[in-house]
Amino acid sequence: MIQKLGLIIFIAAFGLFVGTLGMNDYVLTNKILEKNVKADQLVDAQKQFASMFNKNYSSLFAFAYDLTSGTNTLNNTYDAQQAWDKKYFEDTILAIVKDSANGYLVENKEIMFLLTFGLAILGAFLLIIPEVRKLAGIKNNGIYFNPAMNRKWLGVLIGTFLILFYVALYFKPQYIANWIMIVDPVSRLINGGEASRWFMYGFLYTISVLIMGIRFIIKYRHSKYQVIRTLSIMFFQTCIAFILPEIMSNLNLPSADLKNMWPLDYSFFFNYRLDKLIAGGTFGIFLLVWGIVLFVVGVPVMVYFFGKRWYCSWVCGCGGLAETLGDPFRQLSDKSLKAWKIERYLIHGVLAFAIIMTIGVLYTYFTGNYNLLGFIPTESLKSTYGFLIGSIFSGVVGTGFYPLMGNRVWCRFGCPLAAYLGIIQRFKSKFRITTNGGQCISCGNCSTHCEMGIDVRAYAQKGQDIVRSSCVGCGVCSAVCPRGVLNLENAATGTRIMIAPDILLGNEMLK
Amino acid sequence: MQHVVIIGNGISGITAARHIRKLSDCKITVISGETDYFFSRTALMYVYMGHLKFEHTKPYEDWFWEKNRIELKRAWVKTIDFEEKKLYFRIPNEDDKEAKIGGSISYDKLILALGSTPNKFGWKGQNLRGVQGLYSYQDLESLQEITPKINHAVIVGGGLIGVELAEMLHSKGIKVTFLVRESSFWNAIMPSEESNLIAKHIAENHIKLQFSSELEEIIGDENNQVKAIKTKSGEIIDCQFVGLTVGVSPNINFLKLPQGNMIGREKPAFILGVGGLKLNRGILVNEYLETNLPDIYAIGDCVEHENPPKDRKNLEQIWYTGRIMGETVARTICGKPTKYQPGMFFNSAKFFDIEYQTYGQVPNILSEDFKTFYWEHSSGKICVRINYEANRKAVTGVNTFGIRMRHEVWDEWISTKKTIEYVLENLPKANFDPEFFKQYEAEIMEKYNQETGSNLKLKSKKGIFSKIF
Repeated sequence: MIQKLGLIIFIAAFGLFVGTLGMNDYVLTNKILEKNVKADQLVDAQKQFASMFNKNYSSLFAFAYDLTSGTNTLNNTYDAQQAWDKKYFEDTILAIVKDSANGYLVENKEIMFLLTFGLAILGAFLLIIPEVRKLAGIKNNGIYFNPAMNRKWLGVLIGTFLILFYVALYFKPQYIANWIMIVDPVSRLINGGEASRWFMYGFLYTISVLIMGIRFIIKYRHSKYQVIRTLSIMFFQTCIAFILPEIMSNLNLPSADLKNMWPLDYSFFFNYRLDKLIAGGTFGIFLLVWGIVLFVVGVPVMVYFFGKRWYCSWVCGCGGLAETLGDPFRQLSDKSLKAWKIERYLIHGVLAFAIIMTIGVLYTYFTGNYNLLGFIPTESLKSTYGFLIGSIFSGVVGTGFYPLMGNRVWCRFGCPLAAYLGIIQRFKSKFRITTNGGQCISCGNCSTHCEMGIDVRAYAQKGQDIVRSSCVGCGVCSAVCPRGVLNLENAATGTRIMIAPDILLGNEMLK
Repeated sequence: MQHVVIIGNGISGITAARHIRKLSDCKITVISGETDYFFSRTALMYVYMGHLKFEHTKPYEDWFWEKNRIELKRAWVKTIDFEEKKLYFRIPNEDDKEAKIGGSISYDKLILALGSTPNKFGWKGQNLRGVQGLYSYQDLESLQEITPKINHAVIVGGGLIGVELAEMLHSKGIKVTFLVRESSFWNAIMPSEESNLIAKHIAENHIKLQFSSELEEIIGDENNQVKAIKTKSGEIIDCQFVGLTVGVSPNINFLKLPQGNMIGREKPAFILGVGGLKLNRGILVNEYLETNLPDIYAIGDCVEHENPPKDRKNLEQIWYTGRIMGETVARTICGKPTKYQPGMFFNSAKFFDIEYQTYGQVPNILSEDFKTFYWEHSSGKICVRINYEANRKAVTGVNTFGIRMRHEVWDEWISTKKTIEYVLENLPKANFDPEFFKQYEAEIMEKYNQETGSNLKLKSKKGIFSKIF
């Protein structure tokens, strides 16, 4: 009953959130242009947008569309003139849209925030909290009858929404300007300024991790491993990834997500970031050293002792979203041998790409030469990586495909850091998932609920330990096992059972 | 090239096929009328509850069989001509869409891995619509078809499958009444404390347990659909579904002759089935899993051991024993006659949310030569029982509920006859619970010390993880 009410409130709030894109009127004025474009762009811009001046648009889409077409025309001209520094980027267009907006939403952001985010959070809690009344234990009842969690119509709908959201966020934020404005009140509270699209994304991301984290904790509350792990994810996302960088920039320090590291943070060695860190004095240098030590020393040492889980399912932001928001979709990952093959080519390919791209970027940074080895254009290497891997793969595909390919699409097929952690986990680590003697009944719960698409059962039923580079150590295979067969353990590296015994424990026939 | 034919694609038959392939190059054919591919029978409940899809219960991808040259044939075997070494398939009638065309197949060696069928004890109404057991894929299908329309089910028989069925129906919001003939739950196997612990947990899940209650008859309506049951005490319980989970029997009916040739006068030790195959409750086999007919072997649920290994029953219908028999018979078939030696007994189950594991011998009633130590957590959901010899104090078996324990460690402790004191002092070594889980070894030790006036202290820690910190 309460849960139904929660669902209704959530859907209503979500509907309103989508509906806000239809709110406000939009009028472009010369003043707005003057405020947002550079002096050397202004004359061209005034000419280009003269027809839009003082015209009232009631549709965000129509307004943003006209504005974007205008900037496209201008950009084409600038391309032809090779005047690339005059070109328009998404953030300028977004700023113009925001300044041109007026109406109820603009004047009542707080109310709109409460009606959308506030009600959605309330609805989500009403939906989630009553689950406590069920007895603690694995309750995966009905997930394969649920149209959202079984690649049915609702899953496709959610996936489509997420994909569109990411495309807009990365490439055309002007079309979702109203969503960004709604979180202005929060942004003002935290950093005193208006929300950028990345603030809006960070906020949405963090509350998703928190709310769905609470859901996860309730679902797995009988397992202390899951509870502590999820609290860790929630802490790192909220404090280290979201709040701390805001505090840093409030203090005029170079801001950084201290837990993010190269090569996941692929722009770490980009010139503008290096310059900023070096200019940031002692603290900047600390961040630079920290960022390097993290992946040079931190990764091998920590993975040796604990496996890659210390990062992927305890600390990482992408992992954090996957474990919380993505949990309802974990069973959708492909377990076939073929998928594993594709995975290995793809993820190691991305790692190689990230390394070459970074070498190129650093080469250019130190030598000023834009062609690595004389023929590899480092700038286009950089922008191709940013577009293909940074935006499309990690964002659009990585999260947008949750309801279609499982919650770890990015972590499994794309993340270069996961590839790097995985290589160490596979070859030099104490970590393994131990199989308990001959107790496996091949039921398939472990494989089905493995978000990384590992066919856990294939190992367990042979009495073999699970040693796989992709395992993020979420521990769900162990949790869903009805016979207590699987356990995440760290022990001497040589004790991992990598080759299946001839016969399983429990058979004492003579050799 | 020899042709080994295996009837039955369950865990026994498939394990045999896999191991024969590992050891030899002979031609292997596995026949099943139930499904195209091997699936995990124990996982059918999760398909019903929506934790899994049926395809997830298949332990090997479909390409595996061709790659390993294991031929699969979907058909029901009608009869076997042991003289001619030939099987005949059932010719499907028109309503039987499952079975394919008739025909026959020849073999050089034949493994019967026929499995079992749910028991029906001749109750009135036992064949009504809405009355069934839970064993086969077809049982699952029928359950999926029938149960969406019902709101009250009665389950007869207090054992493992009964609890699973109760959990399944409960997950769909169906009211369940559980008729148990005995005075407490599963007490033919479980000591009373464990039996009560399970019963409490079942009740906590809103299942109505009725002990000392026996089925008299099942009452149907005019459409041959079950509408109620009557107990021996005359109570009538309205219901639209009856789950019969009073154990299973070897699936050997098609091997029996219309009138089995009785051997001996009063209590026949066996009957002779088709082709002179020795049958009793199951297919009789010797230590080598050989039947009385040459080149015919039997493994798994359908087997009755003429000389069961020490401490073992002659019928043991468990996943693990089926697997062990499959491993063993493969050796014999591939030219290395090997006795069935299943080692220390072990088993496991899950009763709703409580996991259970057992190693060694833990009978429901203890003989005088043994002592028992029992500890139960105040939550009433976690307990450990350790049995040991009265004179030498060597441990003989353990039941553990709510704490996972290591198979390997217990196997060693029991087979090397470690004393109860040694085991308690080192109990954390057997702990297989996930990291951060609360450990109870100190509390367990404390109880033992109190009961026996000893002053033992824990000597080891759990795994390596504890050593790091």
